[in-house]
Amino acid sequence: MSRQKVMRVLPWVVTPVLVVAIVVIWQLVVSVGQVNPFLFPPPGAVGEKFMGLFVAPDIWSHTLTTLSEILIGFAIAVVTGVVVGVLLGKLPWLEASVRPLIVITQVAPKVAFIPLFVIWFGFGITSKIWLSALLAFFPIMLNMLLGVRSVEQGQREVMKSLNATRWQTLLQLEMRSVQPYLFAGMEVGIVLATTGAIVGEYIAGSQGLGFLVVSSMNQLDAALTFALILWLSLLGLVLYLVVNELKRFFIPWHESVYGLRETMA
Amino acid sequence: MPTMSTQTPTPPAPITGATDAVPRLNIQGLGRDFITRSGTTHAVSGVDLSIQRGEFVALIGRSGCGKTTLLRMIGGLLAPTAGTIEVDGNNLWRGTTVDESAITKLGFVFQESNLFPWLSVLDNIALPMKLRGASKRDRRARASELADLVGLGGFEKSYPRELSGGMRQRAAIARSLSTEPDLLLMDEPFGALDALTRERMNLELQRIVLETTSTVVFVTHDIPEAVFLADRVVHMTPRPGRVRQVLPVVEPKPRTVNSMTTPEFNDIVRNLRHDIDEEN
Repeated sequence: MSRQKVMRVLPWVVTPVLVVAIVVIWQLVVSVGQVNPFLFPPPGAVGEKFMGLFVAPDIWSHTLTTLSEILIGFAIAVVTGVVVGVLLGKLPWLEASVRPLIVITQVAPKVAFIPLFVIWFGFGITSKIWLSALLAFFPIMLNMLLGVRSVEQGQREVMKSLNATRWQTLLQLEMRSVQPYLFAGMEVGIVLATTGAIVGEYIAGSQGLGFLVVSSMNQLDAALTFALILWLSLLGLVLYLVVNELKRFFIPWHESVYGLRETMA
Repeated sequence: MPTMSTQTPTPPAPITGATDAVPRLNIQGLGRDFITRSGTTHAVSGVDLSIQRGEFVALIGRSGCGKTTLLRMIGGLLAPTAGTIEVDGNNLWRGTTVDESAITKLGFVFQESNLFPWLSVLDNIALPMKLRGASKRDRRARASELADLVGLGGFEKSYPRELSGGMRQRAAIARSLSTEPDLLLMDEPFGALDALTRERMNLELQRIVLETTSTVVFVTHDIPEAVFLADRVVHMTPRPGRVRQVLPVVEPKPRTVNSMTTPEFNDIVRNLRHDIDEEN
């Protein structure tokens, strides 16, 4: 088998093996190690709880709540992140004047804002949407800022020599060459938006999957907590894959897409 | 007049300015100063140059002689600080802004291909036409013709990353030709290519220029390249950037690889090299 073939097949073989190994070790730790199953439930119990999740009808309404918070927050972050990032990238004087503020906001632990958001927006989904948006905003905005500034000078000169208008340069060159940066920001952003929604629900929730996790904790039902974490991870994975797929669709020409394809192929 | 090659058929007569009194490009007293911390640099100073239709003019000289600065002023990328540039009798520069009707007659080829990686070869070639609002159908038709002309037939759907350096430069040349420019400006277009590819590109460029009867200003620091391609070689000297001499190369076109080994060709190259060496 050629080296490339090995590279392509490798993750499909190793991942299931690793998962099985983890489950086996987990089971061994529980049964041999005499761990209290209430604290550290065996994989079988978690699997049972996981399948049980979908018997109760309200899991779907909680899932829908959390997904709405993530997606609306993420959408807000994309729109504001793109607009602010482009503005700051194109207007150096604006960037220079607000940079200290951006740095302060960026290094501030943003989950600390959730009590404020609860005071302002209540215990419903609005406060979680804003936390999601706030977390996802920064990577998207900063990547856009970098992207707008990274347009190749030679390509700008091509547009200039063709007597292109500002509008044409924006549409045909800048908006295209910034796309890899946008998707890099979005890939980080979707993960942070998910984190934002769940942490919001932990702290001040009456619905959503984060709320369910906290309830299961309060009931000391560790197996249910594990099952919910598993479900949340699967949702996060799906969201990430959707963004990744969008990237493959929109920028097939970029190295981050074709480079991977070539090492895998 | 001895011909440099006996292998080629009689070349088509080059179109010169005989039928038209207005030169394609007329440069008078052109200068460009750069103000730096250490004072004013005269990158280009007092350049007069007139180029007729169908002429191929090579600008040659050491680094810093102002040849690229001169070309960028002709290309509307850099405003002169003195003098005038006329394209077909129309002033290119009004102060620091370019005249739209004059700049649309130009085509520019850079040292790097500067293709857009998100566009296919065909769409890259068609970009200038797109900016001018040509219909998709016209763009496609013309771009495929040009792809064939520069030897990229069959690669229309490829992306720039899939092409070699020489092929990318061919695509860039096709892009610059897509608006049928009256004047083609080339800034060391083959400078980044290896010697063998470069030689082949020179032959290709000569063929393309003869087929399209283009007028070309070609910047290079490669003496044989300049002599091989040009009807006139303009030798520039630095500090300040001036035209030192203009050498006609009267050998008929098309020239072949064998042209480069004839005594006449070597005489011109040797004299030019001697003059450039004498600068110091």
